[in-house]
Amino acid sequence: MNQQELQALRAMIVAHKRWDTLFGVIGILALMLGLMTFAALFADMAINGLGRISVDFLTSFPSRRAANAGILSAWVGSVLVMLVTAFAAVPLGVAAGVYLEEYAPKNWITDIIEINVSNLAGVPSIIYGLLALGLFVYTFGLGQSILTAGLTLALLILPVVIVATREAIRSIPQIIREGAYACGATTWQVVSDHIVPYSSAGILTGVIIGMARAIGETAPIITVGALTFIAFLPTMPFTGELPAGPFDWLFAPFTVMPIQMFNWTSRPEAAFLSNAAAAGFILVLMTLAMNGLAIWLRYRLRKNIKW
Amino acid sequence: MNAMTDRYETLLPLKAEARNLSFYYGNFQALKNINMPIYEKKVTSLIGPSGCGKSTYLRCFNRMHDLYPGNRYEGAIDFHPDHTDLLSKKVDPIEVRMRISMVFQKPNPFPKSIYENVAYGLRVRGENARSVIDDKVEAALRGAALWGEVKDRLKELGANLSGGQQQRLCIARALATDPELMLFDEPTSALDPIATASIEELITELKERVTILIVTHNMQQAARISDYTAYMYIGEMVEFGVTDQIFIKPKRKETEDYITGRFG
Ligand SMILES: Nc1ncnc2c1ncn2[C@@H]1O[C@H](COP(=O)(O)OP(=O)(O)OP(=O)(O)O)[C@@H](O)[C@H]1O
Ligand SMILES: [Mg+2]
Repeated sequence: MNQQELQALRAMIVAHKRWDTLFGVIGILALMLGLMTFAALFADMAINGLGRISVDFLTSFPSRRAANAGILSAWVGSVLVMLVTAFAAVPLGVAAGVYLEEYAPKNWITDIIEINVSNLAGVPSIIYGLLALGLFVYTFGLGQSILTAGLTLALLILPVVIVATREAIRSIPQIIREGAYACGATTWQVVSDHIVPYSSAGILTGVIIGMARAIGETAPIITVGALTFIAFLPTMPFTGELPAGPFDWLFAPFTVMPIQMFNWTSRPEAAFLSNAAAAGFILVLMTLAMNGLAIWLRYRLRKNIKW
Repeated sequence: MNAMTDRYETLLPLKAEARNLSFYYGNFQALKNINMPIYEKKVTSLIGPSGCGKSTYLRCFNRMHDLYPGNRYEGAIDFHPDHTDLLSKKVDPIEVRMRISMVFQKPNPFPKSIYENVAYGLRVRGENARSVIDDKVEAALRGAALWGEVKDRLKELGANLSGGQQQRLCIARALATDPELMLFDEPTSALDPIATASIEELITELKERVTILIVTHNMQQAARISDYTAYMYIGEMVEFGVTDQIFIKPKRKETEDYITGRFG
């Protein structure tokens, strides 16, 4: 290559590299736009709400007077609803994901199921609320209860759990599966001894991300009849009287954090807006904590998985 | 056919015999009417150019192809002494895999402890007694010449071992359940010469206890470790015979071309 060609080559590389720089700048800008918006909202909420956050705020029921109002019933409601959601969505979602990956024959029926699972993830959440109102509240007679709300949100995050389960399962190398089958394992043994344990990190991450979304959902919860003003706690778990027994709390009326916020923001007094900001701040912290937990769990579980 | 005459010349006890075995991946016929004996407590190696069907043939013996849709066997593999047809639809592939174990090309330890890796075959068989499992795990690890290196770290992950150790761990796993036949699919192709030598030595020792069928790309390896050798080409069994005979004076021109081509 002579000097002239070499010069031309270098000039071309420089010209091409300009695109790298340009895209880098655009990428950072796009990222900043998203992050800054969130940071601004969060800061605004913190400024408005921090003054209200105290132990009293967490341990008081809502009140007509903004200064006395707290979020006790709301956060307890959110936690209990999430509990039901997790207990319903995890077994169903994991079972569905495992079935689709390890058992189902690959044919057009499973293709249709697969497409529909992905589609379900895009259905507006209020539709789930309507479905649950008809199914859980009226047909099954579960009432406007924690159980109904938990099951509704479980349906909502089911596609997320299924997809996460499938992705996690797919990342297990085929040679590991073959190794297990070659030892004489049945499909069930392969699933329970290998597939589920090795994909648990991915599954858990999916579950928690789904829950982090569910905890902020308002529309479907209102549809199934959450109350906006609740000044009592559900019966403590395992203390309920027979015949409903220790699970009385499942059938208690309830409210959740986003609904409490919504209720406060719709009041005219400015003091209630501070309450809403404070509750929002705590809700965001709850979500961030859940995501943090997901990251930590993934790290912990992956440490022992090497192919 | 040559394969048949050899068999009757040697009169050794058979462990298995492929009869008119054909295999199809969907519409593609990967094995064509293979007839071949496998002698008990001997090492039989399968050689042939890439893509000729060695792995496909090997994986018929533990019905690995049943895991994927669209695969089809024809013919039979007669398994001695009970004359079970391994390929029969009436024979459960799980039963076949309980009697015939396999070591893969790439070491594939489970992401579990060394101990649990070796114990897995026993657990699958419902063995729960700690003392029984302890003993068998130790025996298998000794059999795989790995005990000395891992006896103090049985709780560690199998994946923390070196490549050669991992492959010996997989051999221990395949050995722990006292298989009647062991299948090896190019077990040393991912290993360095020293690890390869130790695996070869191991295979030679193992044939005291178990029949071995091994696929290899390395003809020196086939010559070193096997008693019988089969040369395959595009899905057909071209020649089967005593290893020395195959390497020194093959009966078929194709075999000779392949062997000399590689050697010289
Ligand atoms: N899952 C599959 N579906 C369709 N065709 C396949 C499949 N696996 C292998 N084949 C084809 O079957 C033939 C035999 O493949 P096989 O893997 O048995 O060869 P091999 O002798 O083991 O080769 P190598 O030495 O490279 O491992 C090849 O033509 C290959 O392309
Ligand atoms: Mg192969």
